[in-house]
Amino acid sequence: MSTGYLLTIFTFIAIYISLALSLNILVGFAGQISLGQAAFFGIGAYTSAVLAIRYSLPFTIDFISAILITGFVGLFLGLPSLRVRHDFLVLATMGINFVVISVFKYVDFFGGAMGLVNIPAPVLFGISFRGGVPYFILSSIYALLTLGLCWYISKTWSGLAFQTIRSDEDAAASVGVSSARYKIYAFGISAAIAGGAGSLYAHFIGSVFPDTFAFVESIAILSMVIFGGVGTLRGPIIGAIILRLTPELLRFISDYRFTLYGALLVLMMLFQPMGILGNGSWLWQKLHPNNRDVANTPQMEVK
Amino acid sequence: MPILEVERVSHWFGGLQALKDVSLYADREILGLIGPNGAGKTTLFNIISGFLTPTHGKVIYLGKPVQHLPPHQIVRLGIARTFQIVKPFANLTVEENVLAGIGMPYYAQFRGLVAPYRTTANVHTASHLLELTDLQNYRNAPANRLPIGIQRRVEIARALAIKPKLLLLDEPAAGLVAKETLELANLIKNLHQQGINIILIEHNMRFAMSLCQRIVVLAQGEIIAQGQPIEIQANEKVINAYLGQE
Ligand SMILES: Nc1ncnc2c1ncn2[C@@H]1O[C@H](COP(=O)(O)OP(=O)(O)OP(=O)(O)O)[C@@H](O)[C@H]1O
Ligand SMILES: [Mg+2]
Repeated sequence: MSTGYLLTIFTFIAIYISLALSLNILVGFAGQISLGQAAFFGIGAYTSAVLAIRYSLPFTIDFISAILITGFVGLFLGLPSLRVRHDFLVLATMGINFVVISVFKYVDFFGGAMGLVNIPAPVLFGISFRGGVPYFILSSIYALLTLGLCWYISKTWSGLAFQTIRSDEDAAASVGVSSARYKIYAFGISAAIAGGAGSLYAHFIGSVFPDTFAFVESIAILSMVIFGGVGTLRGPIIGAIILRLTPELLRFISDYRFTLYGALLVLMMLFQPMGILGNGSWLWQKLHPNNRDVANTPQMEVK
Repeated sequence: MPILEVERVSHWFGGLQALKDVSLYADREILGLIGPNGAGKTTLFNIISGFLTPTHGKVIYLGKPVQHLPPHQIVRLGIARTFQIVKPFANLTVEENVLAGIGMPYYAQFRGLVAPYRTTANVHTASHLLELTDLQNYRNAPANRLPIGIQRRVEIARALAIKPKLLLLDEPAAGLVAKETLELANLIKNLHQQGINIILIEHNMRFAMSLCQRIVVLAQGEIIAQGQPIEIQANEKVINAYLGQE
């Protein structure tokens, strides 16, 4: 394996860590299952691509616009979550995914099925960031910033409010949490981060095509969150790493690698449904025997 | 002026009338709300706390109509409640459940998005509430793994965390053992002495009679009696309503 190839994989992993963490805000923190995260990823990528190609705007502006515009679209597309219960939300977010892809595909402005190509490499402080180590560092910084933001959110009242609506919306209302408001926040924040990841992706690859952001991609991102351990910060990270690496490591069995990948997912859900590093998982208890879920629970006198 | 007035409230669930022209008031007291199964007691609590909008009628709190407000706004006015079927935040510890209540003033403000919740002052307030409800030993326990009696106390502690003027308790003694029931009665008296007004739904007649200064009896959606515990005990309609059930 060449260094270039490895760096490409690592850059992808960094981008997918941001994506998995972004979806975790929605699914893990606020308890809103979404099968549409790739749509936000795509909106960020296309925003950035359009601004760079059609308007020749510099990377910084493309990137920040991708975050803001996708965040704004997220607020708006979060509205269905106010009207529908969990199982329908899954369908609604799927729908969002299909709508967004069709827009990319059938609106000429977005390049149609041919996508948008020749997206210039980002230039920051006079340095060009095409591929290699610099781009890996750039995307790692973004992943770290995302992690920091998620950590900070979990310490704030809004983080606690997300937990309450995930647990029980009536109980949340009884302590003054408007679940509508906080669902919209979760969609907005989650989408904004995914939008930034999309921008990094577009400038990394240099081109965007509609199918990259299709429904299967949403499933892939959700798998990372659930595989690693939904609701924790470590889970989506480890999920993104393992699920991005496995197909690469299994390349030698070529055709069967996705069969194995699928089997891995199924086994995981059967035996460790909380995710590989989720609270209460076998591995997490081995690594971290003092975690509060087991150790600090007082012995209950159950009659 | 009473703290709370319910004015001619009726409520329909589709074709079923759960409340028929109910009027009552609550003042600086422990008010008991009793009645057989399906009488409409919980429905009335849901209406007062904003979880349901009554089909007809008004709820006046501190002189202002509030029946159109959603629950997360009602609670900001100082009306807290517990649930008949307990709903603690299962994914949070007991302490975090209480902190979630302490956060009530923040959730509607921008500050809530950026202010950390686990401050020394907030943890201190939470500790105080945990002591008051005798939960200090369960501080770090996940709320969903506790026996029902303790989960009920967690709900009371969480409700107290919003600093209520009016506290609605929906069958707080249900599922408790005798000793716990006694402790609960003491807690409720204590809260009342601290100036919190309480409306209590109760099935256990003896418990209600010993605790409440005044009692309202609902049966099949209608108020059939109200008055002092002694009067209620002797009231023929009440006896019939309860006998009819058994
Ligand atoms: N959401 C609802 N939809 C339809 N009917 C309902 C609903 N909630 C309550 N009811 C009906 O309204 C009536 C009153 O119910 P409610 O729960 O208020 O009674 P309750 O006095 O609290 O009874 P219990 O002592 O069993 O708790 C019952 O007939 C009940 O079946
Ligand atoms: Mg009831």
